[in-house]
Order: sequence, then C-alpha cells, then structure tokens
Amino acid sequence: MNLTLKIWRQKSAKQKGEIVEYPISGISPDMSFLEMLDVLNSKLISAGEEPVAFDHDCREGICGSCSLYINGEAHGPDRRVTTCQLHMRKFKDGDTIFIEPFRAKAFPVIKDLVVDRSAFDRIQHAGGFISINTSGNTQDGNAIPISKHAADDAMDAATCIGCGACVATCKNSSAMLFVGAKVSQYALLPQGQVEAADRVQNMVAQMDLEGFGNCTNTGACEVECPKGISLENIARMNRELIKANLKG
Amino acid sequence: MSSFLKSSIGRKIAMALSAFFLMVFILQHFAINILSVFNPELFNEISHFMGNNPLVQFVLQPVLIFGVVFHFAMGFILEYKNRVSRTVTYAVNKGNANSTWMSRNMIYSGGFILIFLVIHFIDFWIPEMNTKYIVGDSSGLLADGSDYRYYEELQEKFIPLWRVVLYCIGFVFLSLHLLHGFNSAFQSVGANNKYTKSLKSFGKAYATLVPLGFIVIALFHFFNNVH
Repeated sequence: MNLTLKIWRQKSAKQKGEIVEYPISGISPDMSFLEMLDVLNSKLISAGEEPVAFDHDCREGICGSCSLYINGEAHGPDRRVTTCQLHMRKFKDGDTIFIEPFRAKAFPVIKDLVVDRSAFDRIQHAGGFISINTSGNTQDGNAIPISKHAADDAMDAATCIGCGACVATCKNSSAMLFVGAKVSQYALLPQGQVEAADRVQNMVAQMDLEGFGNCTNTGACEVECPKGISLENIARMNRELIKANLKG
Repeated sequence: MSSFLKSSIGRKIAMALSAFFLMVFILQHFAINILSVFNPELFNEISHFMGNNPLVQFVLQPVLIFGVVFHFAMGFILEYKNRVSRTVTYAVNKGNANSTWMSRNMIYSGGFILIFLVIHFIDFWIPEMNTKYIVGDSSGLLADGSDYRYYEELQEKFIPLWRVVLYCIGFVFLSLHLLHGFNSAFQSVGANNKYTKSLKSFGKAYATLVPLGFIVIALFHFFNNVH
C-alpha cells in the first residue's frame, strides 16, 4: 500500500506543533497501525530525521497506552479496537491518513503524538480503590454472595483500560465515561459500598479540578470506546453522586 | 449541597431538572393552543383563566421565567466551560461517525429557540402584561365587549407570512433540540435502565409531534385568515 500520512509534529509541550506530510510505501495490509508507524520511524531514522513519538506498550489492546486520533476518530475507523489492534486493511491504497494526538486541555501534548494522561491517575488516586484489610484475615471472596447481573456489570465496567479515547472523542473533552466506569466497578459490588459516597464525590471533584468538560450525552464516547463501556456507567455515577449528596 | 451544584454533574442534573419542567410546560402550552383550532370558545375561557388566576400569574409564571432563564444561562455557562476544555482543535474530526448532529449542536438549536422566544415574548407576553398590569384592563374582553379578545389576538398575529415562517422555523429548532434533549435529561438524572429503549421512542414522538402540532396551529390560523 502507498499512503500519505499527515502527522502532528510537536517538539515539546512548550513549542508549537504542526501537521507534517510523509509519503510512505510498501505497507502491508496485514500490518497493525503501530507497525506502519514503526516502518515510518525506521525510514526517518535512516534518513537522519527525528522519529515520530507515540505511546505504545502491550500492543494487544490491554494496556491502554496507545492513543492517536486517526482520520478524525479515536483509535481510527474500526470499532472496539485500540490503535495497536487496528489493521492497515481498514485503509485503501492511496489514502491520506491524518494522525493527531488525543486533544484535551487535561491531556497536554508532551511530544508529537504523546500526551500526558496522568490526570486519569490522579482521579483514580482520589477514590478508585477499596481500603481492605489484607493482613491474612481477609474474608473469602466466595463467602459474599453477588448476583450474576451485578458481577457481570461490574466486570464490564472494570474492562475500561483508561486509554482516554472517551475524552479525545467527546466534543466537550469530558472524562465521565472513564470516571463512570471506575465508580461503577466498585458501586456494583458489596466490597465497594463502604466508601461509595466518598469515592464518587472525591473522584468527581478531582475530575472537575483536572479541567475536563461536561458530558452532554452525545454518546460518542460509548461508540469510540475500544472496550465498549456503556453510557449506563455515567448514569450510575450520577445516581451515586445524588445518593452521596442526599446522605450528606 | 452548594458543592454539588458547583460540580459538573450537579450542574448537569440541574440542567436536566429545568428541562423536565420546560417540557411539561411546552406540553400544557400546546394543549391549550390546539384548542384554538378545535374550540375557540374553550380556548378563550382557558386563556382568560390562565391570565387571571393568581396561582398561575404570581407563582407558576415567575417559576417558569426562572426556569427559562436558568436553562439558557446554564446552557451558555456549560458551553463556555466545555469549549475551554479543548484549546487546540482537531485538523480532522468525524463527529457524524459517532453522534447525531442534534446532540453536538444543542447550543445552536437552543440559541435559535432563544431568538424565537424573544420574538414570541414581544408578540404575546409583553402586550398581555401591558394590557393587564399597566393599562389595568383585566376583563379579557374585546374593545366592544362582545367577546373575549384572546382568540382574535391570536388570529391577528398569524396574518403576516413572515411571522408564520419565523414561528415554523422556531418550532423546527425546538424539535431538533428536543430530539436530543428529551432523553439526555433522563440520562443526566441517572435514568438509564430497561425502560430506556421505550423512553427513547416516546422522546422521539414527543420531540416530533409537539413542535409539529405547533406548526399546524400557526399554519391553520394563517390559512384561516387568508380565506
């Protein structure tokens, strides 16, 4: 495949960036998108140019490291995949592909396509955990009955890999799908009930502090989420926050 | 509670609650207006009741004005906050791939509804307030005292074609706003469950039929006048 890549290049957080065009040839349709970028970087290094910086780690859709806004969509045109799982067969020979970093004030660009998503870590630190005694006297998990429905919903919420596609794709740069999933995975289980009120209040407060926008329920996040996290999680987070405030 | 109302979700819920109130108001406004097509006498009677009942005038009307102002003001505040949350925009962004035009452009449909409302207030509300509270005529009667004035005033307003067209455009934007807003309000207050699918269908019907009904009323009076 022969392609024209239009890639956002930015030397550092403080410098201005721009779209730079790179023609590339000899791309196999069986390559992943990141492998295609590897090929480009090899060529750039051979030519003595600075390679394109982009995030990646597991390359099997689990770690949430890879990002990229490809041709106007988070993780590209395919559904329920991360960028590392996106294949070049999704594009046509001769295509022009725009590759941009995830854009949000709360996700500042570090370099080229790499953005700082530590805002998500700080939200997690604010309450995305349960405080549990692990001294050896921990109750056997099987001793606590949990309905299949609740267990399934909690597991679905917990599949969020925190990639930030929801923020990137939301017209308001809202992080509510991510926070909704992280609140839900505990709110649905008895182990999460003890700290439920503090958790949702602290996580939402941290989310607001980070400068994410407000959700206007467009549903774009749900469509673009590589893990298919449902909008039900945002509704559940809203209910949890109402409950927490009514309790005082 | 004050921290709740300052939080992004608190504001979103407040926005939804004002939307519920306004949607109920629109429905009762429509229910009264449609009487002007089928039963002008009853339309006159109810208009007079609404215009002179102290509960409606001095309790519900201020609540309604607060609801309208709050919904618009909060809408603009949230829009501003959302815009500053992304300082650099994408070179290419395929919004259509994952969301509806209505959901992405609530600020524009809402903005047109605001323009329409200003005109609507100048057309009906301000003259009504003037007649009742400045001129001091609460009789609701025509100058010759032969009948109530409300139906005749309504008909007069829909003589000029430009106003009929403007009102129809206003109702189209109301429909576009409601097509997203109706179900969005339920999602905001946390109502996303087994009834959501049915509620979405009901929301689409409400968002289509009520504005369409208002258009029918405007066109009915226009053609009634012409002939």
